Formats: sequence, C-alpha cells, structure tokens
Amino acid sequence: MIELVNVNKSFNGKQVLFDINAVFHKGKTNLVIGASGGGKSVMLKCMVGLFKPDSGQILYDNRDFVNLSYEEVRGIRREIGMLFQGTALFDSLSVEDNVGFPLKMFSKMSAEERLDRVNFCLKRVNLENVNKKFPSELSGGMKKRVGIARAIALPINYLFCDEPNSGLDPLTSRVIDNLLHDITHEFNITTIINSHDMKTVYDIGENIVFMHQGRVFWEGPKEEIRSARSDKPELDRFIHASFIE
Amino acid sequence: MNLIFDVGRYVLFMRNMFSKPERLKVYVQRTFDEMVAIGIGSLPIVAIISFFVGAVTTVQTAYQLVSGFIAKSVIGTVVSDSTLLELAPTITCLVLAGKVGSHIASEIGTMKVSEQVDALEVMGINSAGYLALPKIVGGLIMIPCLIIIANFLGIGGGLIAGKYSGILTPEQFIIGARDTFKFYTLFISLVKATVFSFLITSISSFEGYYTTGGALEVGEASTRTVVRSCVMILVFDFLIAKVLL
Repeated sequence: MIELVNVNKSFNGKQVLFDINAVFHKGKTNLVIGASGGGKSVMLKCMVGLFKPDSGQILYDNRDFVNLSYEEVRGIRREIGMLFQGTALFDSLSVEDNVGFPLKMFSKMSAEERLDRVNFCLKRVNLENVNKKFPSELSGGMKKRVGIARAIALPINYLFCDEPNSGLDPLTSRVIDNLLHDITHEFNITTIINSHDMKTVYDIGENIVFMHQGRVFWEGPKEEIRSARSDKPELDRFIHASFIE
Repeated sequence: MNLIFDVGRYVLFMRNMFSKPERLKVYVQRTFDEMVAIGIGSLPIVAIISFFVGAVTTVQTAYQLVSGFIAKSVIGTVVSDSTLLELAPTITCLVLAGKVGSHIASEIGTMKVSEQVDALEVMGINSAGYLALPKIVGGLIMIPCLIIIANFLGIGGGLIAGKYSGILTPEQFIIGARDTFKFYTLFISLVKATVFSFLITSISSFEGYYTTGGALEVGEASTRTVVRSCVMILVFDFLIAKVLL
C-alpha cells in the first residue's frame, strides 16, 4: 500500500500539488484520472522520487520515502517497476537486453537464467520472437508491452504507469489495460495508473483518484464514481467530456 | 550567477557520480565499450590531423627560418618540441572536444529528454555514475593513448613533409629532434592529455545530463559542450604550461 499525506509541490514558486492525500491499495489497479495539467504526472514522479515534494509524506508500506537516505530510496526503488509515457526503452539495447537490464544490474542470475526470465516476461506480455529487435523497430503497442515486461522482470511490489494508453489505438489500449489488470492480480502488487481514458476506468479501475488543478477532488471505488458525479461538477464535466455515455 | 550555479552543479554531479556501483562487472564492460568508441572511433581523425599539423609546422618553420646561419636541423627541434608540448595534446583535444564531447552530450541528452535517465533512476541505479563514469574512465585511458599516437604521427608528418618538399633530410630532422628531446616534455604532453580528457568527458556528460526539453535543447547542449570544453582546454593549457614549464 502507498499512502500520500499532505503532499505539496511547487516549481519556481508556482504550486502544482496542493495537500494531496490519497491511498493506493495493494492488489488493486489504482487509477489517477483527471485532465491534462492537473498534476497527475507530477504526483507520480514525486511518488517514485524523481521530484522531491516540498512537504508531506509518501509512505511505502509505512516507510516514509521522502525522508529516507539516498541509499534507502534506491532500495525501495528496486521494488518499483515503471512504465513511462514514452516507454523510455534504452535505444541502444535490444528488446532482450532491455528486459534483462534490471536482472543484469540487480540479480545474481546466470546468463541462461536471465534469458529464461526475459522469455517468461515477454511471453507474459504476449510478445515472442522479438528478442533481437531494437526499440526503433517496434510499434507503439509493442514498445509498451516491452516496457511492462521490463517493469516486471524483477519481483516488484509497486507498478507505476504513466499514461499507458497514450498514442495507442482503442484495441491496443484495451490489450494493455487488461495486461496491467491481470499482472496486478497475478503478482498481488500495488499498481498506480495515470490516465485520462474513462474506458480504462470502467474496464479495469478498482480504486479511483480524481485530480483537478493539483488537488484530489474525489477518491473511491469505481462503483461509486457515477453517484459522486452529482456532488462534483468537475468530475461530472470530465466524465461527460469522455463521451462514454 | 549562472556561472556559479553551473560550477556548483558540476561539482555535485561529480560527487554523485562516485557512489558504489550497483554491479561492477557491468561498469567495467561499459568502460571497455566506451574505450572502443572513444579510442578506436577517434583514431582516423586524430591520425589525419596530427600528421598534417606536423607537416604544416615543418613547412612554415622552414619558411620563417630563412637565415643561412641557422642549421636546418633546428626545424626538427622546433617541430618535435611544438608537437609534444602543444600541437598534439591541444589541437587533438580541441578536435576531440568536437567529436567525442558532442557525441557524449547528445547521447546522454537524448536519454534525458526521452526519460531513459529517469528509468534508470526509478530502477534504483545511480544514473550519473552509470552513464558518465565509464565515459570519463574510458576517456582518461584512451585519450592519452591517442595523444601518444598523435605525437608520433605529428613528428612523422613533419619528417616526411621535410623530405618530400626538399626542406631537410630525415637525418637532419632526426638530429634536431633528438638533440633537445627531454622526457619531461613528453611528461607535460601526457599531463595535458589527461587533464583535457577529463575536461572533455566530464563537461560533455554534465551538459547532457542536465538537458531539459527536446531535440532543440539536445542540440544546444551539444554546442555548449564544444564551446565550454574548448575554452576550458585553453585555460588549462595555459595553467599547465605556467605551472610545469
């Protein structure tokens, strides 16, 4: 479980996150939704330590990530997998080397064991026979799947996904959504997904956090989101604009 | 103010780079890769430049020494000493600042803007160390080797130019070069090579690492690297000459 307590963040005097309080549950797909510029990505980057919050706590199973030493932060990061918006695959490495990279850095596996694990992860994301290809030779959806395979190569406790569906067609988006949902339950991990795709919310969302202008406006299970619309005009406008209904 | 800020950030970057490697074997492998890229990759351009610089120095020295009272072997002395002290280390490193420096800055800069550096950090890898340290160590090993080759080729170029343009015989050239040769001159050449190689690789890694934005900013970082490296090479060239001569 990850808990955010009164997290604030500003850049050059401009506040971007205002007293964020949220809980992300283990074994669930936690979705952070909201319009672009609402602070979702900044919050995610604060949570993985790429930005340091001005104040507040980020608790990884009661370990305060913000106030740990750099070495301790690196320790927690080894329990984290992340799928970046642009996938962030290493251009100079093949698919096999990209997925095997965390294993090479942090595990004591032999080359054969590493290859087995890489093949298992690639198979898990429905990608086979692409081991020797380079990221530039892959489609957007394939890159996302390689990104997921890399994220789960080591046994992780937390999976972060920043806009996993951006730039993908609706069919591929559903494939990625289902993959993330299945992996969350299969490995019993805390998954946090930034998205503005309401279809994703209705398909795989279990715990939803709605952000607007740097604040958490609503948080709760997916089943309650419809009833919450009447009290929260911002949420209503966001859902309405998605043309789902 | 910007200069003080940049110097401070450069010092912090250097400090962050030297932490315990996650996997020493990977760092060693990367260092060998960088040695090949920097050393072997730069050999043709270094060979061409040093040969012709030596050749031109012979022709121009002969043009200036018009008096019949000066022995022709003096040309060999001037060319070899100039090559060892200044032309091989400084000219070669100015060229390498353009070739190696801009390559490093654009490589790391592109990784930065495409979130690959963030991906390393999220995995718990010290990105500054992982990216920059092998390049700096590779440069510190290979650039002095290139300068030794440049010394030989520069003097060889002078000798050949002297022979084929009828200025002086190879014997006269060698007598002149040998008469005033001191190992201390070669030592200064290598001191310069070592200092310049550190400047080139560290400045370029630093500029690449702190690139923000997109393709335009990567280009700007690359240009800034070349300018700053060249200026620093010339400043340290003067300081080393002042201290050691």
